Amino acid sequence: MILPLLIRRSLRQHALSTSVTALTVALAVGLLMSVWMVKKQSHDTFTGQAGGWDAVLGARGSKLQLVLNAIFHLEASPGNVSWDDYLTLQSNRAVSTALPLAIGDNYRGFRLVGTLTNLPSVAEFGRSRHLELETGGRWFEDGYREAVVGSFAARKLGLKPGDEFHPYHGLNFDARNEHTEKYLVVGIARPSNTPMDRVIWIPLAGLQNMSGHDPSTVSDISAVLVKLRSPIAGQQLDVLYNRQGNRLTFAWPIAREVAYLFDRFGWVDRILTLIAWLVALVAAGSILASIYNSMSARRRELAILRALGARRSTVFSAIVAEAAAVALIGLLPGYAFYFGIIGTASAIIRAQTGVVLDPLALDPVLLWAPAALVGLSGLAGVVPAVKAYQVDVSGGLAPES
Amino acid sequence: MALLELTDLRKSFTSPDGTRQLVIQIPQFSLDAKEMVALYGPSGTGKTTFLHLIAGILAADSGHIAVAGKSMMGASEADRDRNRAAHIGYIFQTFNLLQGFTARENVRLGMAFGGSVDNARADDLLRRVGLGHRLDYFPRQLSTGQQQRVAVARALANRPQLVLADEPTGNLDTVNSREVLELIRNACTETGAALLLVSHDPGILGSFKRSESLADLNHASQLRSDPPE
Repeated sequence: MILPLLIRRSLRQHALSTSVTALTVALAVGLLMSVWMVKKQSHDTFTGQAGGWDAVLGARGSKLQLVLNAIFHLEASPGNVSWDDYLTLQSNRAVSTALPLAIGDNYRGFRLVGTLTNLPSVAEFGRSRHLELETGGRWFEDGYREAVVGSFAARKLGLKPGDEFHPYHGLNFDARNEHTEKYLVVGIARPSNTPMDRVIWIPLAGLQNMSGHDPSTVSDISAVLVKLRSPIAGQQLDVLYNRQGNRLTFAWPIAREVAYLFDRFGWVDRILTLIAWLVALVAAGSILASIYNSMSARRRELAILRALGARRSTVFSAIVAEAAAVALIGLLPGYAFYFGIIGTASAIIRAQTGVVLDPLALDPVLLWAPAALVGLSGLAGVVPAVKAYQVDVSGGLAPES
Repeated sequence: MALLELTDLRKSFTSPDGTRQLVIQIPQFSLDAKEMVALYGPSGTGKTTFLHLIAGILAADSGHIAVAGKSMMGASEADRDRNRAAHIGYIFQTFNLLQGFTARENVRLGMAFGGSVDNARADDLLRRVGLGHRLDYFPRQLSTGQQQRVAVARALANRPQLVLADEPTGNLDTVNSREVLELIRNACTETGAALLLVSHDPGILGSFKRSESLADLNHASQLRSDPPE
């Protein structure tokens, strides 16, 4: 009962240094949790973002580029795939579903993706959920210049059913490259929290036949999304396209390709984690320094407590607990820092990739990182606590000159 | 049986030149329960060291000290701390109140290490020393006389059997000295505590039935030329 009072009063007496050190703890714990959660969630979300697809078939080139282009709607396509190649793959007994994609135009920076009208029934996200439309919309029909706009793109572009727009050539927006065709928005997709939210879907033939495109490649597509009947089928097609063939690339399994990407940038995670731990050490060091520096001034106070009957172990515990308490004070603003950082990171990642991180997701790091900081701070308190333990009571009580 | 008994008490310190210097050598001293004794002597006779030895703040080199039947000799430091918290109240010349704590909390701290904290008793003690209207004042907000009253209340907080007062009026003016002395004596009488009070003031010494010269008790001070205090 007396320990909390001793700690509370001591913290109040050193309010300025307590506030500053608590803020460094807050920064450290906020950084630790943010780095961990952004790393974990982005890894889990990206590798689990295959949209129900097992593989991607595309032109000969990088598997990762193929996956980024066809699944995440990032990067340029490595090349074209002929319609015959699509038909051959589709007729393969190992394939259950094959969806062709044509990519190459944009509307104010948001990609137009040409595909078949069965997209909503075959594309999945989350737990076998399919794309749905907001009330009042419908899916595009073949043979018409109609578009369904992803939720994020619709919000950013201000598009709604009934609006019309002219696509622009290429993946990057350039006002000089406007196509003459005019498309009618017939539906807005509900948020899926996937890269599909950043896409404008139009009929496959619409993109293939867009004015200004090379007439010789009018039937070509950019990639084929593939669902397999079994994992063994993936191995068979891997051998068929990647080892025996030399014109096409079969990216399978998709999650492994994304995992390679994270492995390649693993050093960034490690540096960020190292920085977070260094900030944590600085926070613990500043707690140590601020309490240690106050020990000379507190020598008399400690001697009085000892004279009143406080044992050495009591004053030792009080100092260690005080150091841990400073960290505890820093936890609340630490969580605020965390939500601020992960909220910002989440918004940036969503804007850039369409992938949504959940700032409110629960994870053990939200408990162990604060606990580690409190423990580290308590450990830092051991140094001044030893000094408190050694206070000479008789000398400390002597009248000050 | 006496409340405080000590025999052949010796305490020495290491001086800066490395030699051991005997500071206390008292063949015999005792104090009965409820007895009030004044102790006097010039600086350097080891008055504070003597009180610290009785309180167990310092450990004697040899001899025997027992307070309320509990020997301070051979006891571990933690046991001495426990005995002090349970049986001894200490009043300092410089009050030694904890500046970050209110009057009420200072008194509660006097209880905290010897047993359970009795908030009502802490408030009652402060009322009895005339500070019922200053319970939540910090020491810096109190006059010196009021601060010493808080120190008196704190010393009595744990119902001690022995109160050690080290020149408790040394920092007070004449009026406050008289009031605080009366307060200490009355409080000890009410609670049945014995009092061992150190003072230089002849007026105070004259008011005690028994007063002792530490210079006479302490054979070491008769041998020394360098005062330890």
